[in-house]
Amino acid sequence: MAWFNIENKKVKNAAQNLPDGIWTKCPGCNEILFNKDLEKTLKVCPKCGYHFKLTFQERINIFFDENTWEENNTNLETGNPLDFPEYDIKIKKGILKSGLKDSVVTGHGKVRGHLVSCAISDFNFMGGSMGSVAGEKIVRTIEYGIENKLPVIIFTASGGARMQEGILSLMQMAKTSGAVLKMNEAGLPFIIIMTDPTTAGVHASYASLGDVIFAEPGALIGFAGARVSAQAGVGNTSKPDDFQKPSFQLSHGLIDGIVHRKDLRKVVAKFISFAMEGEK
Amino acid sequence: MTNKTLTDFEKQIAELEKLIDNLKQKALDTGVNTSEALEELQKKRDDLLKEFFSNLDAWDNAILARHQKRPYTLDYVRNIFDEFIELHGDRLFADDHAMVCGIGNIEDKQVAFIGQQKGRDLKERQYRNFGSAKPEGYRKAMRVMHLAEKFHKPIVCFVDTPAADCSVGAEERGISEAIARNMMDMMSLKVPVIAIVIGEGGSGGAIGIAVANKVAMLEHSIYSVIPPEGCAAILWRDPSKAKEAATALKINAESAKELGVIDDIIKESLGGAHRNADETAENIKEYILKCIEELSPKTGDELAKERYDKFRNFGKYIEN
Repeated sequence: MAWFNIENKKVKNAAQNLPDGIWTKCPGCNEILFNKDLEKTLKVCPKCGYHFKLTFQERINIFFDENTWEENNTNLETGNPLDFPEYDIKIKKGILKSGLKDSVVTGHGKVRGHLVSCAISDFNFMGGSMGSVAGEKIVRTIEYGIENKLPVIIFTASGGARMQEGILSLMQMAKTSGAVLKMNEAGLPFIIIMTDPTTAGVHASYASLGDVIFAEPGALIGFAGARVSAQAGVGNTSKPDDFQKPSFQLSHGLIDGIVHRKDLRKVVAKFISFAMEGEK
Repeated sequence: MTNKTLTDFEKQIAELEKLIDNLKQKALDTGVNTSEALEELQKKRDDLLKEFFSNLDAWDNAILARHQKRPYTLDYVRNIFDEFIELHGDRLFADDHAMVCGIGNIEDKQVAFIGQQKGRDLKERQYRNFGSAKPEGYRKAMRVMHLAEKFHKPIVCFVDTPAADCSVGAEERGISEAIARNMMDMMSLKVPVIAIVIGEGGSGGAIGIAVANKVAMLEHSIYSVIPPEGCAAILWRDPSKAKEAATALKINAESAKELGVIDDIIKESLGGAHRNADETAENIKEYILKCIEELSPKTGDELAKERYDKFRNFGKYIEN
């Protein structure tokens, strides 16, 4: 538990939103875990290494230097541009469940002293899906990074583009991918951390365009979700056991590494210093 | 909304046309003058078509966009291009038959061409992978687009895909990365890019070749973030509610134009492109030439900037 001592100050706030009660059953190994222990391990099962999904607040608490996070773009809200049936209700439910106005939180904070512009998607708001607001906030996070010459880090957790905004959601894929081009032109590092899950329209846009891409262990990562591939008739073809898992992504050369939650700060800070320090 | 389904309506039209053919044949065989009756029937057919087609809903357009007789990319290419030469392969893995790339002339303009290709019969459908391109297809497309940029030639893209391929192989070779990179790299192209949805504009598979200065849709094509069947299956656990989903998703050309996502709608022949592919091809050709005329005077930097700004501003949200 050496890593725990190093990052000691962080873990106090690590897991505020655990389910009520004292115990949690690990979905990875069915072990019954003390919530208090789970807090100390950054919501990673101490027995099997299962990485529980984090809320945006837990992510902030775990990842950034204490009291350095400042949220921005809080003034953007989702309307119902297509008058899609029941969308308004889904938005309200998402707000209640996540405490957010939409699926992406943006801001800036320090990682081991490095100031970064950052976006975090929260699966609790409509599965982290990307509609107009999420797309706009991703782009603004990148633009903030360019304006202030900062690295940009995005934590992805998304089922893909949001159906309820139809073609407008599809356009967010092109819009966010285009913003990465501006990041490249500015010569600034663009870092993607894929968390569970990162699929479809998000995976097939900015998430796959990081200068470096790291995945948390166990994350589902891929182009087509199970339901979509079943619809397309490829659901029953034989698949490797680790299909769309980080080891599959790694062995096919699609990500740079699988990084345990406890090591993320170290790895990200190392890449930032590689990218930002020394002669330009 | 119409009471009669498009399929039933097309049967009625087919019966009328059989009658028209019979009359023509009779005139030939017997020398009897049937011209008056012929004219009447033809007028009746055209009136029926006009009436029915003035009242199509989003689902009717989905049926038309996927119509088994609908002209595909190469049907138009034959009509629109002179001296078309296909260019194959992504130089990395394979040649994708669902993505046709090449160079050719449209009248006096030399252009690079990218188009998704479906197959007509079972064998051809398999050969074209049902119009679903794999990573190598998107990478081939980008290779040819960079080729066009190198030689300062405009790029024309035809979109017609149900979706990108989502097989295990496609995942292994990074279908997401291929699509994402295309969207990013297309933003930087310093030549005119024109994209036309000619049939199905299926999600990421479509936008992966549609980051363009001018984006148009054929009148009865569709452009959607998810197939209506998939949307219905996820939202209502009932794929048979595809018609409702098509309406809710606003997948038709008119809605896409209203939402500002496309610039123009290209007219099809009366009753859908399959009733007169030549006429529809002529409209497409005219549109491409008009766009090239409009875009060619701009500098490369202007073209890239305008394209970027256009996509940068897509989306509707509330800002307090």
